[in-house]
Amino acid sequence: MTTDIIYAKLTDIFHDVFDDDSIVVTPQLTADDVDEWDSLAHVRLVLAVEKKFSLKFSAAEVGRLKNVGEFASLIQAKAP
Amino acid sequence: MSNDLYSRLAWLPVAPDDFAQQCRRLADEPVELGKRAQRLALHALDENHLHKLAKALNKARDAGHSLAPLTPFRLGIISNSTSHFIVPALVASAARHGVALECIEADFDQVMQAALAPDSSINQARCDAVLVAIDHRGLPLAVTPGDAQAAEQTVHGALAHLDMIRNGLRAHSNAICILQTVPLPVESTFGSFDAVLPGTTRHLVDAVNRGIALSVAGTEDQLLDVAHLAATVGLAHWHDATLWNMAKLPFASAFLPLYADHVCRLVAALRGKSRKCLILDLDNTVWGGVIGDDGLEGIVIGQGDATGEAHLQVQRTALTLRDRGVVLAVSSKNTDEIARQPFRKHPEMLLREDHLAVFQANWNDKATNIKAIAEELSLGLDSMVFLDDNPVERGLVRRMLPQVAVPELPDDPALYARTLLAAGYFEAIAFSGEDRQRAEFYQDNARRVTLQKQAGDVDAYLVSLNMQMTLQPFDDTGRARIAQLINKSNQFNLTTRRYTEAEVAAAQHDPEAFTLQVRLADAFGDNGMISVIICRRDQDDWDIDTWLMSCRVLGRKVEVAVLQELLTQARTRGIRRLVGRYLPTEKNKLVEDHYAKLGFTLLARQPDGASSWELEVESAPTADLPIAVHRSGFASPVETPASAPA
Repeated sequence: MTTDIIYAKLTDIFHDVFDDDSIVVTPQLTADDVDEWDSLAHVRLVLAVEKKFSLKFSAAEVGRLKNVGEFASLIQAKAP
Repeated sequence: MSNDLYSRLAWLPVAPDDFAQQCRRLADEPVELGKRAQRLALHALDENHLHKLAKALNKARDAGHSLAPLTPFRLGIISNSTSHFIVPALVASAARHGVALECIEADFDQVMQAALAPDSSINQARCDAVLVAIDHRGLPLAVTPGDAQAAEQTVHGALAHLDMIRNGLRAHSNAICILQTVPLPVESTFGSFDAVLPGTTRHLVDAVNRGIALSVAGTEDQLLDVAHLAATVGLAHWHDATLWNMAKLPFASAFLPLYADHVCRLVAALRGKSRKCLILDLDNTVWGGVIGDDGLEGIVIGQGDATGEAHLQVQRTALTLRDRGVVLAVSSKNTDEIARQPFRKHPEMLLREDHLAVFQANWNDKATNIKAIAEELSLGLDSMVFLDDNPVERGLVRRMLPQVAVPELPDDPALYARTLLAAGYFEAIAFSGEDRQRAEFYQDNARRVTLQKQAGDVDAYLVSLNMQMTLQPFDDTGRARIAQLINKSNQFNLTTRRYTEAEVAAAQHDPEAFTLQVRLADAFGDNGMISVIICRRDQDDWDIDTWLMSCRVLGRKVEVAVLQELLTQARTRGIRRLVGRYLPTEKNKLVEDHYAKLGFTLLARQPDGASSWELEVESAPTADLPIAVHRSGFASPVETPASAPA
């Protein structure tokens, strides 16, 4: 899967989960940049990504993520 | 997956594409907030939908806007898991059930403190009820395999733990408790032997659940049977170890909408909002087939046939509901006398006329009929549930009478009964002798009631159906279906002339005949061929030999559109007059006034009721119709008059 496709899908997911179409999804984006991005929203985000990409993450994989760039790399590595 | 019915709330219609925008508008334009929120909530909402709706509701509430007519309810939540996870889903789902829910959460895993301290946030919040959402991880359930005495003490201890919570809440607040049963963890120790051996997790959880149910019986407190809910969708799906470890979520997030709906059903039932009356469609709902066309011998009901058994299950379910106090009624597009035949004469029918409080079989739209039933029974529309296999009827009733609950149904009738019950419309918090007798009280031998004025604007609904009508002359491809309709249709059939396939082919090739096969598609799908017309030329006249239509598309102006097409075609072919006939049979009273309604003038009426009618082609008015018309296969009349190549 190309990086462009991953970011396009991630953008849809972010807009849906945070109910905010103005979020620009970049590799540098972190939880500090989005108002509603608390621990529970993070879980909803991970679940939405799992659903959209048909993937499963372990708690450890999710816990290590520092920003959206790392999340995209993880998706790329796990995508079939 | 069969648990999709539950996890996706498949009895509710799919959420609109602009759901997010509609939620935002809710907060921005606070007019009729409660009603609009409830309408939005009445879709099959997933976790993110629920989140958006809850956000809009909270915003409106914070701004001081009224959520009337939703009934306010304050629900405290104490839990050993992350209650934050369930709160937005509860707030949004409550709107579906007519409740404006406010949730007060205890701090994470502070169950005992929240219940026992008089000044805890929960005890101070004047809750109407407190949800005690505790699972196996929040109860003292030490396993002691093989030690029956220790097991008994453990069960006793777990129940005492819950009692202490209840007593604390009762002492320090006026709230009632909603206790949850405990879903069984999937991991086994001994295998099947877990069920035999005292002191295993399986054994302990079973005993605790039984104890919880017993302790609630006869008190004001209520039970939320989460153990059964989890078992229904599958324990392996329900328990999600990753989510528990990561965020202390009590179960897989896919079931959050389902869980929240179940909590809110109970809350709504506490406020007297459970439904009281089930209105049944007949054809293809209570039995398989169409009684008016297939006849008593042709409908499918009873043992020995998969479809017959599926519909029998619908009847059995209706009777079970009746036994517990739900009033039954019928709304069917049929001639009254014909619709009653199976109830009187079919040996396999379980439902009988004396089970039904009201029997509305006529050709009016169902919204008008349901309104009449509600008024006759002096029950509110919000007490009604309407079961119908036809998506167009469901859509009409939902649109005209949004207070009526109308479950979506899957294609397979085997799942009708399950879907109806999964929706939980008749959630009970008690069962009394009075309930048992209620259905009898409403009994009046399936009376018919007179109709009030039409329930609302049907035309606007018809426009929303996006009907696409395709008109073609008879051709080889359509022949078998044309012949089938000609030989099967009884009700909407002006002359009931039966023709073989060979005769249909002859009409196709007869230059003096004009033929039409009509197909209709709409927003709900393709209805296939629904109407057949044969006109025979007699100088400048078209004698309408055959005009029939499927009753499934009745009340949608299809016959008006067909007439317009006949007029259009007649003009291009130099026809000056249409002549129609009505030949009465036992089953076609429905179309007695067909030609009068279409603006034809009476020519003659026979003693046996047969009539003939005429319409001048040039003077016939045209109407604006909610149906798009597509033609194919018509020869230009100038080159090859009235013949019909494929």
